[in-house]
Formats: sequence, structure tokens, C-alpha cells
Amino acid sequence: MRVVLAEDLFLLRDGLVRMLEAYGFEIAAAVESGPELTRALEELRPDVAVVDVRLPPTHTDEGLQCALAARRARPGLPVLVLSQHVEQLYARELLADGTGGVGYLLKDRVFDAEQFVDAVRRVAAGGTAMDPQVIQQLLSRRSAGGTPLDRLTPREREVLELMAQGRSNAGIAAQLVVTERAIAKHTSNIFAKLQLEVSDDDNRRVLAVLAHLDRDR
Amino acid sequence: MDTDKDRAAFRTRAREALLAAVQGLVLAVVVLPCGVAFLVLTLVSIVLIPLGVGLFTTPAVLTGVRALADARRRLAAEWCGVRIPAAYRPLPESANPWTRTVALLRDPQVRRDVLWLPVDMTAGFVTALLPAVLVFYPVEGFLLAAGLWRAYVPGSGDPYWYGFVPVTGQATALGAAALGALVLVGTWRFVPRLLTVHFTLTRAVIGASRAALAERVQVLTETRRDAVDTSAAELRRIERDLHDGAQARLVAMGMDLGTIEMLVERDPAQAKKLLAQARRNSAEALEELRDLVRGIHPPVLAERGLGDAVRALALRLPLATEVTVELPGRADAPVESAAYFAVNEVLTNAVKHSGADRVRVDVYHTDGRLRVTVTDNGRGGAAVGAGSGLAGIERRLGTFDGVLAVSSPAGGPTMVTLEIPCVLS
Repeated sequence: MRVVLAEDLFLLRDGLVRMLEAYGFEIAAAVESGPELTRALEELRPDVAVVDVRLPPTHTDEGLQCALAARRARPGLPVLVLSQHVEQLYARELLADGTGGVGYLLKDRVFDAEQFVDAVRRVAAGGTAMDPQVIQQLLSRRSAGGTPLDRLTPREREVLELMAQGRSNAGIAAQLVVTERAIAKHTSNIFAKLQLEVSDDDNRRVLAVLAHLDRDR
Repeated sequence: MDTDKDRAAFRTRAREALLAAVQGLVLAVVVLPCGVAFLVLTLVSIVLIPLGVGLFTTPAVLTGVRALADARRRLAAEWCGVRIPAAYRPLPESANPWTRTVALLRDPQVRRDVLWLPVDMTAGFVTALLPAVLVFYPVEGFLLAAGLWRAYVPGSGDPYWYGFVPVTGQATALGAAALGALVLVGTWRFVPRLLTVHFTLTRAVIGASRAALAERVQVLTETRRDAVDTSAAELRRIERDLHDGAQARLVAMGMDLGTIEMLVERDPAQAKKLLAQARRNSAEALEELRDLVRGIHPPVLAERGLGDAVRALALRLPLATEVTVELPGRADAPVESAAYFAVNEVLTNAVKHSGADRVRVDVYHTDGRLRVTVTDNGRGGAAVGAGSGLAGIERRLGTFDGVLAVSSPAGGPTMVTLEIPCVLS
């Protein structure tokens, strides 16, 4: 699997390259600025891009803007955005086109190599990987009172959180140490309580949940 | 002795009068062409602003006008002891010609300088010339009486008017001399003070009022003290947070790693437990640093500016929040930061105390001011002062000459408006 990596800090870039290579990824390019990233995405056509939000030359949200522009030019281009901080505002912009293949994680998540690599693979396959913090923010904001979320059991909330992060039933089952069938039951309950249309497709399911959580009241 | 003293006083007085006349004459000769030239250049430059050329010439011309005004201030102090206070605003550092031009044209002192040009080339010219006229006119009267009248009065019999005396022959020429003598008495008494009139006129037009200056100094002193206090308190808080938080966690991590090194062969299970703990500590240190950074300068603010930073803030609130932003550019970083933290504080207050379930935030820029209004549908009754967070906001905005207005009748709604004068780039 070919990866284009954009990160301006040498230490982090180097570490990410080594980690991804150790897990069998091919690094097509490891760049350090916005314009280089745009060029690499156009010319190398990678399977997935791993991008830091803040890049030179502007040191603002250059990386995010390049990623969004590249996805506009090539809808569905898998992009995993990394940042020192997560903002719902950015998550919303990444999810806006509804095509999937999007990830948005705190840089801290690379501490857990297994989970991080799993997220990269998921995004490359057209899935989603949302940072737990984004989901928690969405949930805490949405459950201020009188919403369908209040009708969920604590266990269902846990499952919802993991599902919204983009995990598959198998992934959730492994994390919560239960059977996949139990998770399937929870998810169908959740969908019923939130009045969402049930879908077999993992990815569409996640997007529906995120859209529900992010809906303006 | 007395006569000596009188003579000395007389000589001093004569020298003063003559000096004033010469100074006035020089001033009058310079005032007219300079005034006309700079006025024309300024007007042409301002007219050329829409074409772009004016953006480059206006700052240069206005700097010239200021040099002219400064020269006059110096002369006023040196020649007549008239102090003309000036209160120019500092120019923005930005090299952007538009920003510079707008800042210059907004400066009340610069505007006063420009308005002074037409006054200076008319009334200023006359008042500068008057001492010279009053010194040299009597001299003409005496010369007429001494015989000059023959050159002025040709055979035709038309009279030469000296003041209101029609000079037609020796007798009337003597009358002219008498008038000249009268004028000379006036000259003697008033000339040195006449030049002062010119500078007093100048001061009336371009001088910054002393009361306004004093008040400004007072405000600046207060806001500076507040700014220094606030930033010192902030630094102390950051130091304490780092010391008790991230720093302590890193120390703990280092210790754990040392223990792990020792245990790794003897007790791998225990080493593994400590490794997990070290990782938890590093994650928590990062989390604390992230919170700290958010409190110093939120990353969204740096990346996106005030509009999106306020939007991101609204997304974190447990209330339904509607944000409208109309900003054609970005304000300076310190202004953005002050506005952001003020809005943050106002929103936090609304969440904690108002009991509202809806909040509206409007951010816009108008009349050279950044204006933010926060309206909630809560129970009202908020007030500045009495240890409320609003007083703190007001103090911090003061550093930027910003103001805070609160309208919060009992029963609501509450509307908090904050304004900071600034230019957008």
C-alpha cells in the first residue's frame, strides 16, 4: 500500500516513516510542506495520504486545505489528517462530502502503533477514523437533554462511541471483549433508538451516525 | 545711569522689533509657496488613491506635511516660546501601502495638519507679514516727507495714498510722516507680540488639546498597568501549570523508565506494567500541554483567525449556538486573541449563569472597529463589576482601547457587546 506522508517536524516524519514501513507500507513520498504535498498527491496518486494539519509555508491549516483540495479534485481520495489538537469544525469539513475515506486523529494516537496502523488501513479502504475526542465532544454536546441519545443504555453509548470512531463490529467486539453477535444486537438497538436507516455497509453506517451526531439542533 | 538703562532698553526693544519683522518676513515668504505646494500635492495624492498611485504618494506627502508642521512647532518654541503639542499616532509596522495610507488619514493629528495648510497660507501668511509691514511702513512715511513724494506724485495731480493721507505735496507728505510716526508707536508697543499671534493661531489649528492629552496619558497609564499585571499573572499561571503538570509527569516517566531498565530481565511482567504507566503518563502530559496551549493561544485562532475560532468555540458549547461572522480580513494577532478570550469568557458566563438554551454570536467590523455581540435568551441580570468575569474582560479590552457594554434586564435577554478599534489586513 503506497502512502504519501506530509509532516514538517523531522523527528515525527522520520518516526512515522519507520513505523509505517515496519508494518509493510510503501512510502511513496515523505514531504514537509503544503505545495510539495499537493504535487505529490497529484503525481504519485497514493492509496492513502497521512497529513499534518499545520504545514509550512503558512504554518496555518495548510495541510488540511491541501487535503480538502485534493479530495475535491479526486473525490474519495483517502486522507488521514493528524493534529496536535482536534476541532469539530475541521472534522465537519472533512466529513462534509460524505464520501468516506477520511481520518482525523490526534498525533498522540501514534503511540499505539497497532491501532494507528489499523486506522490508516481503514481509511485507505474507504472507511473512517475519527478521534475519540471528536466523538466525545459530539456526544457531550448532543446529550445536553431531551435527545434520543438519552435513551441509550451505557453499554450502547460505548458501542456508539466506538462505531462513530469508524470501527467495524469485529473491531468493537475485540475492544470490548464480547462476541460480534452481541455487538450486532447493540448496533441494531442503537439504530432503532436514533431512528436511523439500517445499513449493512460498515462505512455508510458510520457516516450516518456521524451525520446524526453533528446535526444542528 | 537712568538714561543709560533707558538707552539699553530702547536698543533691545528696537532689535526685538526688527528681528520680529525679519523673522515674520522670512516666514511669510516661505509659508505661501510651501502651503500651496503641500495642499495641492495632498489633494492630488488623495484623489489618486483609487488609481493606486495615491497609495504610494500619500504617505510620502503626508510625511512632508508633518515635517512642515514640525518645523513650525520648532520655530514657535525657539522664536516666541509657544509650545505646540503634537499627538501623532504610531504608524503601523506593516509595509502594506493601503494600511499605511488609511492609518495616516485616520490620524486626527494628520488631519489637523492638512486642514491647517489653507489656514496657514491665508491667515498665517497675513499674521507673519504684519510685523514686517508695521516696521517698514512708518519708514516709508518718513521717506515721503524727506522728498520721496516727488517720485510718487507725478505732475498730473493724482494723489499718492499713504494710509488714509492723500500725498500731493510737501505738506501732505509731512502728514504722512506724522501718520508713520503714529504707526511706529503702535509698532513699538506690539510688534514682538504680533509674531506670537501667528504661532498662537498655528497652535489653535494643529495643537492637540492639553486636556485631551492629559486624559489620554491617564488612560494609557492605567491600561498599561493592567496589561502588565494580567500578563504577569498569566505567566505565573503557565509556570505553575507546567511545573505541577507536564514537568512532573515527565519526571515520573523518566523514573519509571529507569526502573523498567532494571526490571526488564528480572521481572518482565512488572516491567510491562510500568511501561503501560509510562505511556499513560506521556499521554496525560500531552493532554495537559494541549490544554495549556489552548489557554495561551488557541491553535484554531492561529490557523484560521477569529471567525473560525469563534465557530470552533461555539461547537464545544452545550448550548445551541448560532455564529455569524462578517470579517473581510484578519485583525492583528493580539487583537484577535483579546477578542477571542473575551468571547470565550462571555460564552462561559452565559452557559454557567444565564440558564439560556440559545446563544447568538455576531462578529463583524464596522467604522474601524471590531465588534462582537453575544446574545442569549437567559434570565438576564448580568452586570459589569462586583467581581463578575465581565469586569475582567473590560479591563483586558482596555489595553486595546476596547470597550464592553452589557444590556441585561431582569428576565433577559442578555446582550454583551464588545468593541475594539483596529484595522483589518
